[in-house]
Amino acid sequence: MFSNIDWNVIIRSLPYLFFDGMRFTIMLTLMATAGGIVIGTLLALARLSNIPGLSQIAGTYVNLIRSMPLVLVIFWFYFLVPYIGQWITGASRPIQVGAFLSALVTFTLFEAAYFCEIMRAGIQSIPRGQVQAAQALGMPYWTSMLEIILPQAFRNMLPILLTQTIILFQDTSLVYVISVTDFLGAASKIAQRDGRLVEMYLFAAVVYFVISLAASYSVRRLQNRIAIIR
Amino acid sequence: MITISKVSKWYGKIQVLKNCSAEVAKGEVVVVCGPSGSGKSTLIKCVNALEPFQEGTITVEGISVGDPKTNLPKLRARIGMVFQHFELFPHLSVIRNLTLSQIKVLGRDPKAAAEKATKLLERVGLGAHAQKYPGQLSGGQQQRVAIARALAMDPIAMLFDEPTSALDPEMINEVLDVMVTLAKEGMTMIVVTHEMEFARKVANRVVFMDKGEIVEDAPTADFFGKPRSERAQQFLSKILQH
Repeated sequence: MFSNIDWNVIIRSLPYLFFDGMRFTIMLTLMATAGGIVIGTLLALARLSNIPGLSQIAGTYVNLIRSMPLVLVIFWFYFLVPYIGQWITGASRPIQVGAFLSALVTFTLFEAAYFCEIMRAGIQSIPRGQVQAAQALGMPYWTSMLEIILPQAFRNMLPILLTQTIILFQDTSLVYVISVTDFLGAASKIAQRDGRLVEMYLFAAVVYFVISLAASYSVRRLQNRIAIIR
Repeated sequence: MITISKVSKWYGKIQVLKNCSAEVAKGEVVVVCGPSGSGKSTLIKCVNALEPFQEGTITVEGISVGDPKTNLPKLRARIGMVFQHFELFPHLSVIRNLTLSQIKVLGRDPKAAAEKATKLLERVGLGAHAQKYPGQLSGGQQQRVAIARALAMDPIAMLFDEPTSALDPEMINEVLDVMVTLAKEGMTMIVVTHEMEFARKVANRVVFMDKGEIVEDAPTADFFGKPRSERAQQFLSKILQH
């Protein structure tokens, strides 16, 4: 099996692997992270809210999503979203959503549930006195959240948020189930076309490893730079 | 200016304030003292509605604090508060701590807010520290910044919740000095504190609390001279015997 390794297959397929595959993977990761953090933070605020019902609704959503395998959710959205679109717009046929959009919506909403729990812990880690100080200065709810609580919560939770993003980066490979080609998908296609499974899967593993490692290293540096002096 | 009338508060079944009434006139300095757990902090936090209460009324310049229709942020913006643990915003520079709510709450022009902040920092002797972060300052300095932050809102009254209890002994005086100056300038103040020298020096009245009740509310000289209640006598003898 290892006797006739051909590393050239990797060089030949680099443009395809990175410009098609990796670009998709990174775009999906970044967009789903950004969307997931925004929606997740709103969910966290809802979970911590005193408004009757709001906390339960957000809690149910988060628990539901977190108890399901990601693959299932991907399928679910891929086949369901067109019908929901039809139902909302009242169109005569299911609304065709591109695979990318479907994947983006899925990952954003899926990650939001996890980011919600991280941000909730972050918000709860801020001493009550900080909330009271903001209130005592006359800040309304949203001002104190946006200026005082969330910036501190976000800084405190940054390592965990980024760990979650690195997991998401790896999880995006699951889009193969809806025939979208990400980095791993691209590697896999070449591997099967040229019969070079060992080379391609080894290479894919190395690329994931290097990127994940570089990401966690830069997180540590970023964290030192924006750490709150106490 | 501030009227506390028959206020009671419960945490679940435990009653922490029992039928408390007191009045603070404009320009008056009232010191609230008493053993720990007597409800002092809770009572002053009721004044700006940081703590809800179940019975009674509190009015500030005629505005009822407990009324659900009251615009609480607007009311709180007019009452300065200083906390035991300073509660400066650690992610913001000292100057930003002072300007943020001026800009966001009062809608002041950022330049005017910064000017006001600089002036107040100089007044509390910290003009050189404007660009630092709270974590780089000593406790006493942080508390003086906290006082300046409250003053930046041009409050009609100031509430102090044990402002020196979390400080190292050598830093207590620098904070008390700022407070004494403030009192002499005619600021209306309610001060929860164990600093009896401060009370003797600047307070118009002393309110003594125990077990959630206001046991005694007397002019300062009377309180220190001949406290009427036995509980206040015991308290004073315990903390003044050194």
